[in-house]
Amino acid sequence: MSEPAVFSEIKANLEANDVVLFMKGTPVFPQCGFSNTVVQVLTYLGVQFKGVNVLENEDIRNGIKDFSDWPTIPQLYVKGEFVGGCDIIREMFENGELREYFAGKNIALEAAAE
Amino acid sequence: MRIVKLIEEKLTAALHPHQLEVIDESHLHAGHGGARPEGETHFRVVIVSPLFEGESRVARHRMVTKVLAAEMNNPIHALALKTQTPKEADV
Repeated sequence: MSEPAVFSEIKANLEANDVVLFMKGTPVFPQCGFSNTVVQVLTYLGVQFKGVNVLENEDIRNGIKDFSDWPTIPQLYVKGEFVGGCDIIREMFENGELREYFAGKNIALEAAAE
Repeated sequence: MRIVKLIEEKLTAALHPHQLEVIDESHLHAGHGGARPEGETHFRVVIVSPLFEGESRVARHRMVTKVLAAEMNNPIHALALKTQTPKEADV
């Protein structure tokens, strides 16, 4: 079975950006509470990320679920690796694991603004 | 509570939970995309299963959503998950 065409578009996004969040809405205007939670966590940690709004692209919205074998949005990827959805990111953030994970991947964290 | 019951039955059969809580949170999302007037779209599941032992968080969530594959997307619009082993939950 050949790969869906949308996979190459998803991969191009992952190759061009270290941290990619497939989400509903944009980082500035999230349109779903779960996407918003992940945006807040990343912003708090000072992580630069690219937001991909799946509401603007039906192919990506469906394709990303097959790509990661994960049925829900949001989905966070770091250096091409799928990290998790909202609950996992929040859990990792709350127990300090997420900070360590980014450090291990050499992703810069800016100190939260005073 | 039809969908809550269905989720409970499927997860109980597949994952033999020591503890399982399925909460319908649809009312919290009324009027938002994906919500239906009749509710039963947004759920929270807290599950403690020995089968999660040695599995990553991502793997555990996949175990749950695969059991509910037929319901994911429709009627389940959102599923908040907390997955623990009996040891982690201390039950």
